Amino acid sequence: MSGPRRDPDLVRAYVRTGGRSRATRDLDLVTLVVTAKNPPKANANPQAMAPDARRVLGLCSTHGALSIAELAAYLDLPPSVVTIVVSDLMDGGHVDSPVPAESMPEVGMLEEVLNGLRALAV
Amino acid sequence: MGYAPSRSDTAVDYVADTVTRSVKLLVAGNFGVGKTTFVGSVSEIRPLRTEETITEASVGVDDLAGLPGKTQTTVAMDFGRITVSATLALYLFGTPGQRRFLPMWDDLARGALGALVLVDTRRLDQADEVLAVLEERGVPFAVAVNEFDGAARHPLEEVREALDLDPETPLTSVDARDRATCVRALITLAEFLFHRLESRP
Repeated sequence: MSGPRRDPDLVRAYVRTGGRSRATRDLDLVTLVVTAKNPPKANANPQAMAPDARRVLGLCSTHGALSIAELAAYLDLPPSVVTIVVSDLMDGGHVDSPVPAESMPEVGMLEEVLNGLRALAV
Repeated sequence: MGYAPSRSDTAVDYVADTVTRSVKLLVAGNFGVGKTTFVGSVSEIRPLRTEETITEASVGVDDLAGLPGKTQTTVAMDFGRITVSATLALYLFGTPGQRRFLPMWDDLARGALGALVLVDTRRLDQADEVLAVLEERGVPFAVAVNEFDGAARHPLEEVREALDLDPETPLTSVDARDRATCVRALITLAEFLFHRLESRP
């Protein structure tokens, strides 16, 4: 069954996230998420996790990241819910954000974006 | 019920495992202006869609019933991805421009490098709202006219005047179905954003 609307029920979102409406971390739609390299033992027993957490963790990989927006799209969950779930999974050590080799100012990122786009135009 | 159908049949496009950083640009504009087509033309992955429930302020009529003038609306966002270097992924978010979707802009605009505003010359007046929202949020932007088949070709200078754009705001034209023109418009935006930051003391 495929309805046009996906779970627009706010009460459900509230229940799904354990009664919270805010994430414990400052995450963005484009925050990248990977499975933690040394996950806690609880990963071995995914049935013990809440269904949404289990689904998010199941989609995450150690071999390549997905953004929070991508996790939300693949799982048909609102990004606001995924943000809270990912935040909890990070707190529990189940998932991480990749650590950049170096921090880069915005102008440096823009230069990288510009170069990448120019390469596409060739 | 509640859970959407399984997507297990759908391949998941993970970001390359060398990528550790991400940035976003907005592709903003009114309904039907070609945002989804644009994102699809430049994205390296099949464009994805998310939906968020927002509370929007409704206008007028509800007052008679003594209800608060607010309704729940589901807003869809289409987005795509371009891996611009070995370590950096660029995400492009199609963003509905109407003011009543403002609650969504909080998440979208935060941290966005900038926005490309798509406009339709047949409905230029509708672009005012998008431009105003971006200006209020301090999101720097460039404008691209989507040249639909059959749309009158307006000289860009007339469009600039009609939209009351600053002289430095880049204005280009695209065919949202044509990847090359879309990439060029993004380059124009990125050049503008880069020089804008670079020239700062």
